Amino acid sequence: MYMMEKVRIIVGLGSCGIAAGGKKVYERFKQEIDSRGLDVILEETGCRGMCYHEVLVDVVSPYGRGPYGHVTPEMVKEIVDTHVLDGYVVPEFLVPLEDRMSLYKQQRIVLRNCGEISPESIDEYISNNGYQALEKALKQMSPEEVIDEITRSGLRGRGGAGFPTGVKWGFASKSLGNEKYFICNADEGDPGAFMDRSILESDPHSVIEGMLIGSYAIGANHGYIYVRAEYPLAIQRLKIAIQQAKDRGFIGEHITGSDFGFELEIKEGAGAFVCGEETALISSIEGNRGMPRLRPPFPAICGLYGKPTNINNVETLANIPWIIMEGAKAYASFGTEKSKGTKVFALAGKIRRGGLVEVAMGMSLRDVIFDVGDGIAGGHEFKAVQLGGPSGGCIPASLLDTPVDYESINQTGAIMGSGGMVVMDETICMVDIARFFLNFTQNESCGKCTFCRIGTRRMLEILERIVAGNGDQNDIELLEELAQSIGKTSLCGLGQTAPNPVLTTLKYFRDEYESHIRDRRCLAKACKELISFAIIDEQCKGCGLCIKVCPAEAVTGEKKKLHVIDADKCVRCGQCVAKCKLGAIARVDRY
Amino acid sequence: MCTCIEKQQKLGLILSEYQNKSGGLIPVLQKAQGLYGYLSEDIMFKVADGLGVKPSVVYGVATFYTQFRFSPVGEHIIRACHGTACHVSGAENITRIMADKLGVEPGKTTADMKFTLDRVACLGCCSLAPVVMVDSDVYGRLDEARVEEILGNY
Ligand SMILES: Cc1cc2nc3c(=O)[nH]c(=O)nc-3n(C[C@H](O)[C@H](O)[C@H](O)COP(=O)(O)O)c2cc1C
Ligand code: FES
Repeated sequence: MYMMEKVRIIVGLGSCGIAAGGKKVYERFKQEIDSRGLDVILEETGCRGMCYHEVLVDVVSPYGRGPYGHVTPEMVKEIVDTHVLDGYVVPEFLVPLEDRMSLYKQQRIVLRNCGEISPESIDEYISNNGYQALEKALKQMSPEEVIDEITRSGLRGRGGAGFPTGVKWGFASKSLGNEKYFICNADEGDPGAFMDRSILESDPHSVIEGMLIGSYAIGANHGYIYVRAEYPLAIQRLKIAIQQAKDRGFIGEHITGSDFGFELEIKEGAGAFVCGEETALISSIEGNRGMPRLRPPFPAICGLYGKPTNINNVETLANIPWIIMEGAKAYASFGTEKSKGTKVFALAGKIRRGGLVEVAMGMSLRDVIFDVGDGIAGGHEFKAVQLGGPSGGCIPASLLDTPVDYESINQTGAIMGSGGMVVMDETICMVDIARFFLNFTQNESCGKCTFCRIGTRRMLEILERIVAGNGDQNDIELLEELAQSIGKTSLCGLGQTAPNPVLTTLKYFRDEYESHIRDRRCLAKACKELISFAIIDEQCKGCGLCIKVCPAEAVTGEKKKLHVIDADKCVRCGQCVAKCKLGAIARVDRY
Repeated sequence: MCTCIEKQQKLGLILSEYQNKSGGLIPVLQKAQGLYGYLSEDIMFKVADGLGVKPSVVYGVATFYTQFRFSPVGEHIIRACHGTACHVSGAENITRIMADKLGVEPGKTTADMKFTLDRVACLGCCSLAPVVMVDSDVYGRLDEARVEEILGNY
């Protein structure tokens, strides 16, 4: 435990904190502390979810506590002088009260420790009730009782499909054989999603504890965590956590004095989205090409090396210790009838409070985006929210009152998916977004099913010609036909859901497709081939910023005189629009 | 082709470590690439030999995963994110700016072998989009000035 009288300085060093420059801030604090010989504790923590305020620094002193946001190395001296030495918080650096209050609109079960404890300290995890659920399960509950508790909690898999976790464990436990495997799926491939990364970086022990409890329940003695290669920090922290758990006897033989033994290994992915699919993941752990296979048999019967295997997602597992400690009833008290508990969402895109939030299931999309997420950044209008990544879809403003639960989201044509929510404003072209996702799935198709391999390529080609202004009258029909066939004839979820981004945008934003094809106009004024840039005479003061930023030397004009853009030279990157403070450059239709 | 004895010895050790382990091919390829920076034909043959599998199997697995490379890479690898959040936050321009500054197209390596510029799909820091990763350091909230500053670090 901490000694209360000492001041603690805690720097947020999840990937987001580091990406915002957290390591430099940490180093500067260290210098200040060392050079002045201060008796304070400098610590690091993971992601608090307020990524939009990174670098976040918490100073905990008897005089007051401040989460400081957007901390730069230059601010460090003042924080040390004023808060640490004089005992006053520095009000102008504090995270605004309103933003801090937004945490109370959340229900943090999975994220209970994220940003609260040091991810590299098993002691801090233990002092927050860590590994108590494991002890409870091993000492007071039979495997059947554990499964029953999880079943009654109503927990459904957070990896995307939403299969009831307790039922899945039941299958694996009934499967015959004395050698079984338990796999944690940390492949998180959906672009725009980062829940699993944050959990692993901020609270790795909760996932390990969830795996241990699950393995005890189904009778597995060997586990793997399959982590994608793009997450080096998560891998590093998991390695530390596994070693610590081994040293304390939570991994190994006779765990907490019981007959249960468990070995755990990390497998690093090698870059293939399809390996998130469970049968492909198994094939990849076996050292093969990560190609999905037909189910049944399900992994619970015939999985890794032909043995019964259970696979769960990171977030699913992080829920487990909480449910065992607090009980199924407490968990099921959150959420809706069919979707119990909470869901973590990764808010990104054009949203003000981008980051991680955890809310009770059943909250409306509107509340998640406009209340918890504080609405659209940059003074723009909400247009759509993308849910479920390449398997999901774009939900329009008219459906913002849809509650977030599996069934309601499915009805919109999108899917809940793993929890990535990319918010889009009116500057984003929906046809381009469909093209973006088809490009992704087309790249990531493993090639096994013909329709997935070739069909997605054809769809991509059609979308590419539409955004370039070369679309054909029949193209929409063609897209719909291809979408149907690909969905029906693909073996795995990748192909089956690949058409979703196209189908949802066609359903809700058909006018955008039509205007691209019929009028060669992009309503969002985003598609490069269909727009040009023009200087608005009355607004331009001739400051020269656009001339400086233009990579193509397309803007000319003397200082303090009207500038002009040479359309032939212009590469339509839009950097001048972003740079102009006077709003003097407009995107206009080219045709 | 590698002439360095030390690396060959290390590869030998890796191969003997995984020789009798199931599922060893991918970790071996990852470690071999860590050693040499990429997988040459010669290395893939050695891996096949060392693990007792057919060269076609090694090649089949290696080419399936985007992590593996078959030509030499620069000293630093820049991964420019083109995930959804970065895409809607101007990733295309950031990559363009980097490509212009480095004088190299995405997917290629600079003539002085200092940087390889790659496009990837989501680095998991979407709330700080647009994002790039240089080796294992992630940088977010990029604009032209910050790109310049970051490249200057290396
Ligand atoms: C193409 C594809 C990609 C997937 N990617 C992931 C992933 O990155 N992470 C994940 O947990 N599940 C992913 N899944 C779902 C898994 O197959 C599996 O259903 C899940 O890991 C089961 O865990 P859960 O029951 O806890 O959700 C993917 C499925 C498909 C079809
Ligand atoms: S989309 Fe770029 S980090 Fe996720």
